Amino acid sequence: MKVGVVRFPGSNCDEDAVLGVVEHFDADAVLLWHKDHDLQGSDIIILPGGFSYGDYLRSGAIARFSPIMQEVVAHAKRGGPVIGICNGFQIACEAGLLPGALLRNESLQFRSMPVTLRVESTDTVFTRAAAKGARLTMPIAHGDGRFTADEATLDRLEGEGRVVFRYVDADGRPTDDANPNGSMRNIAGVANDGGTVVGLMPHPERAMEPLLGGTDGKVLFESLFAMTQV
Amino acid sequence: MKHFRVSVHIVPRKGLLDPQGKAVADALHTLGFGGVGDVHVGRHLVIETDAGDAKGAEASVREMCARLLANPVTEDYEIAAVVAA
Repeated sequence: MKVGVVRFPGSNCDEDAVLGVVEHFDADAVLLWHKDHDLQGSDIIILPGGFSYGDYLRSGAIARFSPIMQEVVAHAKRGGPVIGICNGFQIACEAGLLPGALLRNESLQFRSMPVTLRVESTDTVFTRAAAKGARLTMPIAHGDGRFTADEATLDRLEGEGRVVFRYVDADGRPTDDANPNGSMRNIAGVANDGGTVVGLMPHPERAMEPLLGGTDGKVLFESLFAMTQV
Repeated sequence: MKHFRVSVHIVPRKGLLDPQGKAVADALHTLGFGGVGDVHVGRHLVIETDAGDAKGAEASVREMCARLLANPVTEDYEIAAVVAA
């Protein structure tokens, strides 16, 4: 298995994603430069966190037009797994790989803190190994994380089981207090209609070492490798 | 071809939560501008472009808005001015 991590100008979680993969799984990982057209044979693509192109215009709006994104979109259309983390989620939405948009946090504050997520769907290649309803703790670090879509789209996502993660409190309830950015319906992550593309604002790649506060992020990659190694 | 300056206003879609607009409205109220209702914070872009005529320049900028400048999920846009430069 080979994981390709796209490096945009301003990416800052690309190395973390590479390390997270190669140190914990029997897989290779390569950095893919945004100006290239070659996925170098990657089976899985990670769009990492950061501030690609300085978040100019809108978060993810310019990165979407990077040459490599044409290949990433083609890979996704073939059913290839893609995960967009934080800025990568914003880019995936701008590129039309996922529905909705990520707007400025309701608080107008940059939020860097651990959050509790509830696994809402295990019908994706990144959550197959998780238990539905399980609670995961991962860090967030973003200013533009407020998931927004029109009501019809939200209803469709819910109906099709494409809401993957929700922000919840310690009792597992999706309350306003547990929502760090004002996301509609406490949505922290969504999937495409095939469950092969997932985007989320929290950082699973920063939740893979006990020393760094927990290992709950590993289940996303365990899901992925368990499935693709068959 | 002539040269045009096209001004575009891009604003958050009506009805969507606009925390920046609300923060500015609150500050204006604090300053005593009691008549202020909602405030909407968006972007103003000035695009310098060549086109056959003003209509062509506007059509071109509308396409730019649809494809890049405005997010179709959350933002609306309006052409504020098309000026021959």
